[in-house]
Amino acid sequence: MALLEVKNLTKSFGGLVAVNDVSFHLNEGEILGMIGPNGAGKTTVFNLITGIFPPDKGEIRFNGRSLIGLRPHQITELGIARTFQTIRLFPNLTVMENVMAGLHCRTKAGLWASIFQTKAQREEEKFIREKAIECIHFMGLGGLEFELAKNLPFGLQKRLEIARALATNPRILMLDEPAAGLNEQETSELMDLISQLRDRGITIFLIEHDMKVVMGISERIIVLDNGYKIAEGTPEEIQSNPRVIEAYLGKEE
Amino acid sequence: MGIVLQQLLNGITIGSFYALIALGYTMVYGVLKLINFAHGELFMSGSYLGLTIISILIGAGLGGEALLWALAGVFIVVMAIVAGLGVGIERVAYRPLRRAGRLPAVVSALGVSIALQNAVMLIYGPRYRVYPKGVIPAIYWQVGGIQISLLQVFVLILSLILMATLYYFIHYTRLGTAVRATALDHDVARLMGIDVDAIVRIIFIIGPALGAAGGIMVGLYYGRINFTLGWGYGLKAFTAAILGGIGNIPGAMVGGMLLGLFETLAAGFIPQGGAWKEAIVFLILILILVVRPTGLLGERVAEKV
Amino acid sequence: MSAILSQLKSLDRRIVYGALLAAVLLFPLVVRNDYWISTLVFFGIWAILGLSLNIIVGYAGLFQLGHAAFWAVGAYTTAILNIYLKVPILVCLPISALVAAFFAIIISRPILHLRGDYLCIVTIGFGEIVRLFLYNDPFKITGGVNGLRGIARPSIFGLEINTPTAYYYYVLFFVIITILIMQRLENSRLGRAWNYVREDEMAAEAMGIDTVKVKLLAFAIGAAWAGVAGNIYASRYTVIAPETFSFWNSVVMFCIVVLGGSGSIPGVFVGTLGMILLPEVLKSVLSPILEWRLLIFGIAMVVMMIFRPEGLWPHSRYRLELRREETSS
Repeated sequence: MALLEVKNLTKSFGGLVAVNDVSFHLNEGEILGMIGPNGAGKTTVFNLITGIFPPDKGEIRFNGRSLIGLRPHQITELGIARTFQTIRLFPNLTVMENVMAGLHCRTKAGLWASIFQTKAQREEEKFIREKAIECIHFMGLGGLEFELAKNLPFGLQKRLEIARALATNPRILMLDEPAAGLNEQETSELMDLISQLRDRGITIFLIEHDMKVVMGISERIIVLDNGYKIAEGTPEEIQSNPRVIEAYLGKEE
Repeated sequence: MGIVLQQLLNGITIGSFYALIALGYTMVYGVLKLINFAHGELFMSGSYLGLTIISILIGAGLGGEALLWALAGVFIVVMAIVAGLGVGIERVAYRPLRRAGRLPAVVSALGVSIALQNAVMLIYGPRYRVYPKGVIPAIYWQVGGIQISLLQVFVLILSLILMATLYYFIHYTRLGTAVRATALDHDVARLMGIDVDAIVRIIFIIGPALGAAGGIMVGLYYGRINFTLGWGYGLKAFTAAILGGIGNIPGAMVGGMLLGLFETLAAGFIPQGGAWKEAIVFLILILILVVRPTGLLGERVAEKV
Repeated sequence: MSAILSQLKSLDRRIVYGALLAAVLLFPLVVRNDYWISTLVFFGIWAILGLSLNIIVGYAGLFQLGHAAFWAVGAYTTAILNIYLKVPILVCLPISALVAAFFAIIISRPILHLRGDYLCIVTIGFGEIVRLFLYNDPFKITGGVNGLRGIARPSIFGLEINTPTAYYYYVLFFVIITILIMQRLENSRLGRAWNYVREDEMAAEAMGIDTVKVKLLAFAIGAAWAGVAGNIYASRYTVIAPETFSFWNSVVMFCIVVLGGSGSIPGVFVGTLGMILLPEVLKSVLSPILEWRLLIFGIAMVVMMIFRPEGLWPHSRYRLELRREETSS
């Protein structure tokens, strides 16, 4: 059974059908890429899986369990974390505080424990700090713990978003255009990082426009166009698929 | 039956006041996504300015028919002054904060509201002020069992004219279309060559002017005014705007009318209705926002994803 | 070198705070003026109110302009329990806090999803509905426009608190406890969750934070503390009336938090100083222009937002400095 199963996913906004009867699956431990021209519905698929809004039709199952009707934070708790196409960091908080956000759902100190600073709470705080620092170092942000997120250069902000998602200890990490806006050096570092994440046992689902990245690290790719899934396969298969080429470049005259 | 009809008439008269003020809220919100807390105070200022000018005219010996004709001038002058006040407020207190986020804008609007209310209080004193009687002669007609006064006819006709003019402007003129475009998307409007700042100025001319007209009418209709007027009317008018769908101009008109009708009928037929009027209005507002935030015709009000 | 400087800086801070604490503790013994001691008691109660609203507006970033309603619920709960059922004041205290919190949860749950300005209007609405309820007194227990009188004073082990100096230390105790609790909350998982919700609610939700629960907790805890302030206020002045719990006072509380420095504890004190203590202190000097007070406040609000929207003593800078000191030492 696949880790994530999506069947007949459909979503319309007003008169526009953003996602139309899309089905695919995600196997544990793989890197799945999702590509398609702008407006194909890719981010909508992400939003549907993470519970931002419900689908009109279709099924989404994570480890056999349906995700439909769950709130986003519940889905994250179950083990699916994501980053955003336009970075959504907590701008006026430090790198450390941003990453610690990811650990909220993995810890449980409540109101009273916090007020009385019980032994359990203090240990938990230590745990949170240690894990956060670990994620920060893994993403190459060591030394920047106390910088405000808004002051970081763009490339590092993207890494911070991944670090924060990583802190939730996800089984599936969904990255929405992680390479957008990065230069060549940053992009190849990103590709390394993603591979390392996969080696740690995290399944990666990735939206990307940068073909070098997608073709370079994905094991499988699905292609969306105008809300439909038009192709699925290995990078080689996709690269030579006429429908895909048509979607990106238009019909051959 | 007669009583109900009478209350209906009273209801739509009051509804007209609410509609005129509601239009100010809805237009500003539509374009700036800002709740202009100070709008109620602008309405109230119009009321006081009308009082001042009418008193001056009466003091100068004007009376009877001449005064009635002069009334047109009074409206124009007061509307112009309050419009100027509105534009000034926008320039000083809102424009610098246009990109600053919700909190500063709200606090600033509240500050303007408080400042304006108290400025009027300091100038005119905290007590009720009385509008001169008989500016509009107390003529009544009996029509099918209900009594209509000239005053009511005046209010209804003037409100209708103002609202129709606004509707025409928004939907049938180029400038009006520019306003609607700006309300949809500032940046795109700019790309189309629309001067967004100018549009905002226009909004702050029309909205306060309508509110001021409502203010004078309230003064003439009820006979006395107080510096706290803006607070009560402002809230109700805002509820009306939400009821009709905030940002939606016909919605504000419909909402105003409905609210006026509801309030009159409730006060008339529910015992002790009067004391709870404001609470009921608030409850309606809260209920609408919770249950049907789009209002009858309008836009979404919860966090956009 | 920089290590020494930061040591000096933190030493400096400790000395300053130590001196401040000493001054505050010794004040009534040195300045034997009942008027000023009572004024500081008033200040203390307002500081607690400001700190309570700080949770909702400062930490969680929720617009709350009807906070006086929670204060009222606390005060009236105490008054009603004490006058009609002879419940001792100190027993009324936790009850008032709980009732206020419960009330907050009920009214805020349905409106939590509203965007900033709408939440604002709705909270104003709730504030007014509560005040009108107290004023119109449909169940004949709130005393209507005249309110309730004859509220008892608190007594600890038979010792009644009824002099200005006794009240000073009583309120001071609560202020200090409130500060300590707020500090603990600020640096806790919950406090951080409030920050995340304030900065970007959707991102917070996506990171696994139950934003509804977090916002509800902000309202509940803020209300509970306002309820505590209500209990203290009721027993101090023994008379409460609806006009105290007005929209204007909600605005004052809001300004205390926002103008003082949203989210920062010192900021709340600066705000309370400016909105409450300063007018008192300057009353004799300023009596001719006292009427202008509100006008000046209104203008000050606009000016502050344009030139210093983060408030007089904002939060993140302070914390950032503290962190820098932590890591460099």
